[in-house]
Amino acid sequence: MTGKQRIVIKGVKDGLVFLLDDRCGMDELLAELNDKLERSHHKLLTGPLVHVKLKLGSRRISEADKERLVDAIRQRGNLIVQSIESDPDPAEQPAGAGNLHVMTGVIRSGQTVERDGHLLLLGDVNPGGSVSCTGDIFIMGALRGMAHAGCRGNTDAVIAASLMRPTQLRIADCISRPPEEWMTDDAQMEFAYLEDGRMRIDKISRLSRFRQDPIVFKGV
Amino acid sequence: MGEAIVVTSGKGGVGKTTTSANLGTALALQGKKVCMVDTDIGLRNLDVVMGLENRIIYDIIDVAEGRCRLAQALVKDKRFDELYMLPAAQTKDKHDISPDQVKQIIGDLKRDFDYIIIDCPAGIEQGFRNAVAGADAAIIVTTPENAAVRDADRVIGLLEQHRIPARLIINRIRANMVKSGEMLDVDEIVQVLAVDLLGIVPDDEKVIKAANSGEPTVMDPSSRAAIAYRNIARRVLGEKVPLMQLDDKTGMMQRFRKFFGIG
Repeated sequence: MTGKQRIVIKGVKDGLVFLLDDRCGMDELLAELNDKLERSHHKLLTGPLVHVKLKLGSRRISEADKERLVDAIRQRGNLIVQSIESDPDPAEQPAGAGNLHVMTGVIRSGQTVERDGHLLLLGDVNPGGSVSCTGDIFIMGALRGMAHAGCRGNTDAVIAASLMRPTQLRIADCISRPPEEWMTDDAQMEFAYLEDGRMRIDKISRLSRFRQDPIVFKGV
Repeated sequence: MGEAIVVTSGKGGVGKTTTSANLGTALALQGKKVCMVDTDIGLRNLDVVMGLENRIIYDIIDVAEGRCRLAQALVKDKRFDELYMLPAAQTKDKHDISPDQVKQIIGDLKRDFDYIIIDCPAGIEQGFRNAVAGADAAIIVTTPENAAVRDADRVIGLLEQHRIPARLIINRIRANMVKSGEMLDVDEIVQVLAVDLLGIVPDDEKVIKAANSGEPTVMDPSSRAAIAYRNIARRVLGEKVPLMQLDDKTGMMQRFRKFFGIG
């Protein structure tokens, strides 16, 4: 490794901060990270448990790359990744659709998914599992756990699920334990919304009425 | 190279040790070379259920710490020549062995045995991490109770993080309670947990009697639980065996009553 260092490790009061260069490629970054962990800083980085903060600068990073970074650091048993921070240039934010997250899998007891924007989950949420995001939540599967839509106070957010059997529903600050009458046996998709601060449930086909944004078809 | 299967559940008392003992014995019945490993250090039970308690000389901690060779610590079963058990230590605790050490031991055993059945302690802490360290696959044991299903779900989630494929055994099913809707039924549980079902085991008093006498239930072919465990072993070996019908246990008297419409 010649020239400029891509990774700077700093000690702070409650652990270590890794400052990662935001211009070089992801593979170079990982190579240097591994090199630092295995060789040059090997001595420094052994010992008691240390919390690590990763600062990515203005780099945009995918979940997969994030995991590769965390895995590399986790190789050293005593390093615990506390947080990953990046502040991407707001000008680069994709418009509109970029904040829909699509996930596939079962959210099991003890697992939590938190996202900015809307969430489309292809799978179930089991009792003890929870999903929460700032926008709407759509679950193509059974919702048996907890869902929190509009978690930063958006009262227009909705929660929709193919099978609505939640332990608890939250929209913005409204928390609701579903009463028995919600438990219809019809196999149809439903959504929860707020009306005058109270939680309501309705068929998914009524969502357009609630949203009041009809789809406009050309030539009809 | 053998396969290491961990038997786990999260919740205690659902039948992990019983399942381990019976599955291990059933695989040995099928002519496989099997080693059962008890990782419940400090609360070892597998040896009691197998009736091998008085033959233990060394244990898994002795192996990990180099006080003996692995082969010296293995206890041979009294019924089968190709069935062995590696006992847990009773005086130490879960922190006296590391996942890496367990992984090493399981790796060594896999060279000599067809199947390694690892009996996991309850909980999801150090003991659990030790038990799953060397496993290639997992069997989740649950009972038809909400609390057990929740814990099973949690454990499946953790195993997914370790990339260990899990299959399900539903233990201690009471057909009459399922019928009357007082007990969760098999379909409901499988739907929530979303993993493959390896087998169902009916509630059977003979299991308790067998465990107390140190003779695995599976040796007694008159017991329905024994048949269930034998079926499970065959499925582990890759055979296709239909699920046991739970409600065919209608005795002469019941059939008689039904005939006259009073049952």
